Amino acid sequence: MKLKSALYAVSALVSVTATATIAEELTIATVNNSDMIIMQKLSPQWEEATGNTLNWVVLEENVLRQRVTTDIATDGGSFDIVTIGAYEAPIWGAQDWLVGLDDLGDDYDYDDIFEPVRNGLSADGTLYAVPFYAESSFTFYRKDLFDAAGIELPDEQMTYDDFAEIVAQLHDPDNGVFGTCQRGKAGWGENMAFVGPLVNAFGGKWFDMDWNPTIDSPEWNAAITYYVDLMNNYGPPGATANGHNENRALFADGKCATWVDATSAAGYIFNPSESSVADKTDFFQAPKQVTDKGTGWFWAWALAIPTSSKNQDAAKDFLAWATSKEYVELVGESEGWVAAPPGTRKSTYANEAYLEAAPFAETVENSILAANPADATKDPVPYTGVQFVAIPEFQGIGNYVGQQISAALAGQQTVDEALANSQRFAEREMTKAGYIK
Amino acid sequence: MARAVTPSRKAFTTVVAGLLGLMMFFPVLWIFILSFKSEGDAIKAPMEILFNTGWTTESYGAVQERSDYFKHFWNSVIISVGSTVLGLAVAIPAAWAMAFVPGKRTKDVLMWMLSTKMLPPVGVLVPIYLIFRDLGLLDSRVGLVFVLMMINLPIIIWMLYTYFREIPGEILEAARMDGASLRNEVIYVLTPMAVPGMASTMLLNVILAWNEAFWTLNLTAANAAPLTAFIASYSSPEGLFYAKLSAASVMAIAPILIMGWFSQKQLVRGLTFGAVK
Amino acid sequence: MATKASRAAARLMISPSVLLLLGWMIVPLSMTLYFSFLRYNLIMPGDNPFVGWENYYWFFTDPSFKDAMINTLLLVGGVLLITVIGGTLFALLLDQPMWGQGIIRIMVIAPFFVMPTVSGLVWKNMFMNPVNGIFGHLASSLGLQPLDFFSQIPLLSIILIVSWQWLPFATLILLTALQSLDQEQLEAAEMDGASWASRFWYIMLPHLARAITVVILIQTIFLLSIFAEILVTTNGGPGTATTNLTYLIYVSSLLQYDVGMGSAGGVIAIILANIVAIFLMRMIGKNLDA
Repeated sequence: MKLKSALYAVSALVSVTATATIAEELTIATVNNSDMIIMQKLSPQWEEATGNTLNWVVLEENVLRQRVTTDIATDGGSFDIVTIGAYEAPIWGAQDWLVGLDDLGDDYDYDDIFEPVRNGLSADGTLYAVPFYAESSFTFYRKDLFDAAGIELPDEQMTYDDFAEIVAQLHDPDNGVFGTCQRGKAGWGENMAFVGPLVNAFGGKWFDMDWNPTIDSPEWNAAITYYVDLMNNYGPPGATANGHNENRALFADGKCATWVDATSAAGYIFNPSESSVADKTDFFQAPKQVTDKGTGWFWAWALAIPTSSKNQDAAKDFLAWATSKEYVELVGESEGWVAAPPGTRKSTYANEAYLEAAPFAETVENSILAANPADATKDPVPYTGVQFVAIPEFQGIGNYVGQQISAALAGQQTVDEALANSQRFAEREMTKAGYIK
Repeated sequence: MARAVTPSRKAFTTVVAGLLGLMMFFPVLWIFILSFKSEGDAIKAPMEILFNTGWTTESYGAVQERSDYFKHFWNSVIISVGSTVLGLAVAIPAAWAMAFVPGKRTKDVLMWMLSTKMLPPVGVLVPIYLIFRDLGLLDSRVGLVFVLMMINLPIIIWMLYTYFREIPGEILEAARMDGASLRNEVIYVLTPMAVPGMASTMLLNVILAWNEAFWTLNLTAANAAPLTAFIASYSSPEGLFYAKLSAASVMAIAPILIMGWFSQKQLVRGLTFGAVK
Repeated sequence: MATKASRAAARLMISPSVLLLLGWMIVPLSMTLYFSFLRYNLIMPGDNPFVGWENYYWFFTDPSFKDAMINTLLLVGGVLLITVIGGTLFALLLDQPMWGQGIIRIMVIAPFFVMPTVSGLVWKNMFMNPVNGIFGHLASSLGLQPLDFFSQIPLLSIILIVSWQWLPFATLILLTALQSLDQEQLEAAEMDGASWASRFWYIMLPHLARAITVVILIQTIFLLSIFAEILVTTNGGPGTATTNLTYLIYVSSLLQYDVGMGSAGGVIAIILANIVAIFLMRMIGKNLDA
């Protein structure tokens, strides 16, 4: 018995000294984006500086989202730092699943972060996630092909009808160039990210002021018919499997004449070591149609700390490091300025080195500042969000509608059927959740 | 036994079977080839890839730089072997009893056991996740060993049962006449006869556990994550990824493929599930 | 030969397995059953009120439910058909004398060792991708329009991928069965002038019946819960074209985080699985007894 208690005492002693001297071990879940892979590559610098260690869980976006949500919602405590998006941050923050991040220190310079980005990641005035990079959407196009076809860009934001005309002229599949590449892979963060702003442009909306879904409206019908026709006539084959990453690869490989997608892809497309069209690409605003409201989306990937984490202080320290001005500079210097995380800090856009390396910088900054999640539709709506609706139920609805639209794109059903199914599903979900009595 | 056939017929059979075998094997061969190409080359036309591009190991370097392959590899080994050994320990007595002392309900029990395997894992993830959270088993190898043992246990029992049943009962009878105790009977008579069946069962279950992707992905984070989680970070990254995906795939399947090839004789011998009388 | 003592011993030996499996089944199952009567959404915390049969109502009236049932049947049936017929042909072929049988057998069984996730990813990207995949390149070089597998024939594409994985298993079992066939009987039939077709039909096939039953049983167990291949290739789409029951439950419980409805789906799937099990039991019982 004595021996046992002596052992206990020793082990207690050991564990006390252990927590005092041995640094924390943090588990970080993140998405396999190139910006995040750079962060993983550079993080040993932070580990060396602080003595802490990081365990990385790098997953594909959908798997990550499902994995992180399950863990946070069940209070599982598997992760100390999670990578989440602009959709989750305010919802999860309001549910007290995330640690408030207003106390990262004066050095952190909160005012340097773009205001829409900060607002997008806050709930009730508290910041719950710090932005790693932020994006809007705009149109990438191939200057060389436009010149060869003699197409002049208008100064004003063009309409989707004008856009379709241009795309038709450029479509040349025999020479391996498709008129346009847009997302077709189903998912609220995939095809719906393109479709959402498109519907906004056509004057449509997800819900009316009483939360009744309006997916079977003529506006939606016009937008989706436009989308399906555009893709079937001038898109690449296999479009229903193409998400952001697939299209990015296609565009970088010179297979697309136009592509409306995330501004954050510019760093990749303009990077000659990754892309064969780096010197042939230019960009213009995403088109409008009956309205110019909500035609460019707003998204941010951000880092947050679940309240179930047991190492919150060390985690905060990492967050402050990975989203700081100094980190942006570190990436700029070690990976090339074109790869610096975009869209989050004013200081990045005041940096000569960045502006020189990234010809798209000013347009990106303007698009992000212009994207207004609080006023993104022609008619008034009860929700915020450009390409998503900031309510927990949206994921399910967005995914289902995305599937229906991708089925319409694949020609397995008509646009009318797809929208009727979507409307029925959205009505069910909203009834189930108690929005519709 | 050996049927006399003309050499020309034998040659013809060889060619046809060889082509079919190559067809089955081709996807594996192809990712092996692509894994040694640069990203830019990996999306070219097949003929060009084969005859007109250089070879490089850069994808393996890139994969190893990003993820700690050996940690995932060891987790896979521990989880698959651990769950199999534990499963065998529980299953051998049960299968022995069912095979040699069958009762009226033996078949029903066996079928019930198999039916537990039809339970869709996605339907019970949340309950299991909550239990694991409370037991502190999330992201632990112990937890995964247990789960994989449970989901493969019915198959282990079934395989062993069918194998044990082929051992003639008279031998046991004779041993018992000679006064062998139950323990001796198991150790000296039964075990030597059952070793091939057990080896085969073990191999099959290592393969199944190695390849299990739902529980291993959902119950782990960083510490216990096996190769299935390793693959999940290469499934759809940005930019061109065929070469890296190929390299990661080769790294994930090579150990089990090589093990399978070396042990295929043992695997095949017991893989009958009572199909051969 | 079974004495009372040995029976008791036998019971003792079976009990760990039975207890473990019982626990494994009952604990999550009762929790699932309990959740299925609650309004329980992971991303909407708060109390989870008892809602009776509501979740079942929503699951049954889910427009995807019928499609998921049909797809599950087509998927299981399609793969079984391909692997049983293909496996029989492969087994007959591999049973012939040939050079390099060992190598050929190694090549044929290789797909069985490949992780479902990897095989889904490889087929999707390196083969079935209409732009960069091998089939796409082949079609283009022949001047044909490349087939867009996952939007034109989504379910068939999944069936083909899964069949590729399971064909080796069927082949192995059928081959072992074939090799145990009494050669003298075959030779006698041949001398009597029986054609190859009638030898196959009257001697080999009845001999293989048992092995085929086993293939069907084991594969059905695995095929009912096909998931990874769908997740990495089509995500159940386009529309619901490749959504099977397992995937539908995944959508409810892990994409919509509606644990209540997902649990209701789980309960339904378990009931269906047991119906299938009883059905298989009868089939097997007839073939495996004695």
